[in-house]
Amino acid sequence: MINMSRPVQYNNTVKFEGIPEGYMGEGFMATNFEKVVGLARKNSIWPLPFATSCCGIEFMATMASHYDLARFGSERVGFSPRQCDLLMVMGTIAKKMGPIVKQVYLQMAEPRWVMAVGACASSGGIFDTYSVLQGIDQVVPVDVYVPGCPPRPEAILDGFMKIQELVHNEGMRRRQSDRYKDLLGSYGIQ
Amino acid sequence: MSLTNEIIQQRLIEKFGDQVSNMEAPYGMLTFRVPSDMNLKVMQFLYDDPQLKFQFLTDLQAVHYPQNLGAELAVVYHLHNLTDNIRIRFKIFVPISKPDVFSATALYQSANFMERETFDFYGVNFLGHPNLIRILNVDEMDYFPMRKEFPLEDQSRIDKDDDMFGR
Repeated sequence: MINMSRPVQYNNTVKFEGIPEGYMGEGFMATNFEKVVGLARKNSIWPLPFATSCCGIEFMATMASHYDLARFGSERVGFSPRQCDLLMVMGTIAKKMGPIVKQVYLQMAEPRWVMAVGACASSGGIFDTYSVLQGIDQVVPVDVYVPGCPPRPEAILDGFMKIQELVHNEGMRRRQSDRYKDLLGSYGIQ
Repeated sequence: MSLTNEIIQQRLIEKFGDQVSNMEAPYGMLTFRVPSDMNLKVMQFLYDDPQLKFQFLTDLQAVHYPQNLGAELAVVYHLHNLTDNIRIRFKIFVPISKPDVFSATALYQSANFMERETFDFYGVNFLGHPNLIRILNVDEMDYFPMRKEFPLEDQSRIDKDDDMFGR
């Protein structure tokens, strides 16, 4: 037997996704399409980090090995809006930056989600001034707001799990609904 | 013999007489005031003179003095003589109702962006500037935010309660 001074540890508390309700038999399963799609989307969100200041540093910690965003199926952080599902706006957005955030949002394909990380992206934060956008919800619709100045990586992960919840439970036809179109219309999109 | 504040002061008075006023030297930096239509003449003289050689415009900005009626806006020029490493500063005052100032872009290329910035924040109208448009703020902005009559806080918000946010 090998004498180990430092015992090797591994994760033995792996959490598995619950099997959706359905009819199961030998070698097949019949269930709701919406549930399967939700399950798949939820665990393969590609985030697009839009980091402008200190919240971006917290996000870097969130991505790195200690907090490890990859555990949530987001190993692949994309830097092209056309491939990504989740726009994460982290940091102060100046009014001059507003149209750029909106353009990045428009370049993303549906279905797309937006998360405002930190006080500045959510409400302008301490920058209550003529040059700073008072919350990115003035230019794009936001799904989840993460408070904090800056929020800790745990808070960002919590926000991310809230997004996962939304993705999981979103109805297949939500993006075609009039309500959703009205929402986009109120931002001058389409 | 190196250049001193006294020599510069003497040369300016020889050339412009009492048009150059309010001579002082806070923290050793020669500061004076000239009439607003003389700014280019004074700068040209300071630039061309073989002894003075103020050939570098370090900084250019404005100050708003709302109580200074008829001369509310000051435009401040900082010049640097790189040979003798000596700096001076001079100011001109213009009324806010007609903030016209001659542009220094023909003499100093560095004035281009700085005059645009000064226009952006204070609305100083630089006559003869090749491209006097906003540089830092959004193009849609319809006021000059550093003028004292405009509050610092963003006025477009209605959900920030003044009692809660200490405005």
